[in-house]
Amino acid sequence: MSYDTSTIDQETQDAISVDQAKGDFSFPENHKFDAGVGLSSDTVDYISNVKDDPDWVREFRHKGLKTFLDKPMPTNWATKDLENIDFDKIRYYLSDGQKPKRSWDEVPPEVLETFERLGVPEQERAFLAGVEAQYDSEAAYSNVKEELEKDGVIFVNSTEGLKEHEEIFRPWFGKVIPTGDNKFSALNSAVFSGGSFIYIPKGLKVKHPLQAYFRINSENFGQFERTLIIADEGSEVMYMEGCTAPKFETATLHSAVVELVAMKDAKIQYITVQNWSSNVFNLVTKRGMAHEDAEIRWIDCNIGSRLTMKYPGVVMKGERARGEVISIALANDGQHQDTGAKMIHAADNTTSNVISKSISVGEGRSTYRGQVHIPKNLKGCKNNTECDALLINSHSKTDTYPAITVRGNQHVTQHEASVSQVSEEMLFYMEQRGIPEAAAMSLAVNGFINELAQEFPMEYSVELKRLVELEMEGSVG
Amino acid sequence: MMTMTTPAWFAELQEAAQAEYESLPMPTRKIESWRFGNIKQLDFEGFTPEDQTNITLSIPDLPEGVICMPFEEALEKHSDLLQQYFMRNTPRLGSEKFAALHKANVKGGLFLYVPDDVVVETPIEVNHSLSGSNKISFPHTLIITGKNAEVSVLDRFGSANNEDAGLCIAVNDLIAGEGSRLTYCALQEVNLTSRFIQINETTVERGATAKAFTLNTGAQWARNESLSKLNGEGGHSDMLSCSIPSGTQQFDQRTFQHHAAPHTNSDLLYKNSLHENAKTVFSGLILVDEDAHYTDAYQTCRNLMMNDTAEANSMPGLEINADQVKCSHGSTSATISDEEIFYLRARGIPPHKARRLIALGFSAQAVDKIGNEVLESAAFEAIERKFATL
Repeated sequence: MSYDTSTIDQETQDAISVDQAKGDFSFPENHKFDAGVGLSSDTVDYISNVKDDPDWVREFRHKGLKTFLDKPMPTNWATKDLENIDFDKIRYYLSDGQKPKRSWDEVPPEVLETFERLGVPEQERAFLAGVEAQYDSEAAYSNVKEELEKDGVIFVNSTEGLKEHEEIFRPWFGKVIPTGDNKFSALNSAVFSGGSFIYIPKGLKVKHPLQAYFRINSENFGQFERTLIIADEGSEVMYMEGCTAPKFETATLHSAVVELVAMKDAKIQYITVQNWSSNVFNLVTKRGMAHEDAEIRWIDCNIGSRLTMKYPGVVMKGERARGEVISIALANDGQHQDTGAKMIHAADNTTSNVISKSISVGEGRSTYRGQVHIPKNLKGCKNNTECDALLINSHSKTDTYPAITVRGNQHVTQHEASVSQVSEEMLFYMEQRGIPEAAAMSLAVNGFINELAQEFPMEYSVELKRLVELEMEGSVG
Repeated sequence: MMTMTTPAWFAELQEAAQAEYESLPMPTRKIESWRFGNIKQLDFEGFTPEDQTNITLSIPDLPEGVICMPFEEALEKHSDLLQQYFMRNTPRLGSEKFAALHKANVKGGLFLYVPDDVVVETPIEVNHSLSGSNKISFPHTLIITGKNAEVSVLDRFGSANNEDAGLCIAVNDLIAGEGSRLTYCALQEVNLTSRFIQINETTVERGATAKAFTLNTGAQWARNESLSKLNGEGGHSDMLSCSIPSGTQQFDQRTFQHHAAPHTNSDLLYKNSLHENAKTVFSGLILVDEDAHYTDAYQTCRNLMMNDTAEANSMPGLEINADQVKCSHGSTSATISDEEIFYLRARGIPPHKARRLIALGFSAQAVDKIGNEVLESAAFEAIERKFATL
């Protein structure tokens, strides 16, 4: 039995296209503000002027630009494909100059139609406590349920956050991820626009998730949202983000920075379901800081994009803080999912857990890259890392590159990784019972990720399984 | 430099190697193969190649056809064989520059050629002794086994005294021909002022089994690069290591399991027990080439942290480009659990002795896999010598 699938039949091609079509549409551009093509200090000033930035933000941007220009591409360890990003051909800021609307009725018709087609308003009615919908550089819609607002929850875009709530925003902004953390966090610092600012007051447990949806509509556009979530003592919040872009002829860049701060006893869950079109460079820096007894969980699902480089991290700064990364990646033809986790233990008795499952289909490549760091003079730190990779076809590829540093004898770390295939016996067993090979393969893959898919809220988990099924169609010839 | 007549091809090779050494850049920590590494240890300022090698070969009675002699003698008598096999490949694990330096200055060591179907029962033993202060030694080990041949070698590295700071840049190439069995055991016990670089390359042909074991107990700093390339179906490679650093010793180990043919398997087990302020780096990579289907490759690195000031860095990596492969890697860092100590104390063994016993047993697990009694007991003795100093 051979799994060579160099030829994909029309039927399965159509099945895949159905899914692609969901996000693959765009409207004519209607931008009042356009920073033009390429990046210079004029671009940065243009963005600052349009957004009417306070001086400290303008300075922050210029410092970001300088750091970005000074830093080399990390191709000493990362893929050479990064060199194909042409920073001079990207458009760094596009907006229609409108403030985010609090009612879908006020949102421009084509933007409304975009998000209707992506099902955002429907999900909001069904189960969300608040939604922000970003269209290119700025949020088109932003709303949070009234009762939450009364309780003191702040859920606004980053521009409003830094202006209206400077006293909470500024002390943490750029503190979890410094500008110079990497080349792309520096780039984001220079040209950031959009993204969410969330503050959850002390002791408040937000029952329903807050959601942000990031949509790229314009060709050659770079989206650089900046999100900061602060959960004050004893509070809890779940935040979900979704992303799509239409398939353009040229490459698109998405480079976000997401910072989470969980104060004492707080709990933040951050859920991503990314389904970028296959020419998006998705280079995202995500890190959380967990204080005493706090917990930060990143639940990250990466499907789509040309290249994703994303290693959500947790700095466990307070005693007994917990960090967790649960990651599912699916790399199809022409895609490279370079994902992982970064766990920095900075206090006694902190624990971290990383579970990563990746699936490589066709000529897809999935990579796990991880770092676990336990410095000296600490005790009782624990890390568990598990990476499982599933290879579907003979040209599928997978890599694992963890780095674990442990100082001292009062800690426990373990790392395990495995690579496997869907066994011929398993497929044979199912085929014998009348399940066609393709369906059997799909079942096997869903079984592989099932345990992790359950970590997502039900609505997302169903969507996720459906996406995986669609991606798997045509993988078996 | 050679006292005997040096073949022209070799002189040319050495000249080119010297030029290569000079043109290659010094490694930096930015290079992945030196990540977490200690670049400062690569400063050889004031060191000069040793004038006199201090190597003795213990050669048992050998079956007919076996060639076993010091490197220089082989260069004279079996120039053709050496030309064919001597440092055929550029190392890929970070020490290209130092391999070139070795090539340009190689002196002393073992050349061993076992023809088809010949079995050498008794291990061949080589003793290296670093002597002189600020001297660099460049010993070479080249072992070639023909079809279905069998041989084992014990390579010991020590120092003439405890004071002289030496540097050893050793290269060993193990070439296991079809269906052959090649076992190699290196015991590194040089003094604590010396530094040690070992570059190993093992090539495993169809149906062959190669086992390479390295013990590190000596040296203030040691870097081991070990590459195993599986070229033919049914090839099997065991890569084993046992390290027991203490004091401020630092061991930096890089491994590469390269599966270039289908139906091959490799098994790596590295055991480090870290005492006092010791530091280790383990970086391993399994690479399965596109057509190397039905590969089984395993990689395990275990760190036993005996003190609160020890540091272990692990980077167990995989790169899989084929399917129908079974690969796994695991890395753990932990200390001895209270239960284990309690179990032994309940049997009347005092705590410090219990800890030592457990650490000893931990280290010995890699030795058990060598599968050759003489080599195993030599390795055990070296482990015990180290534990006696702790």
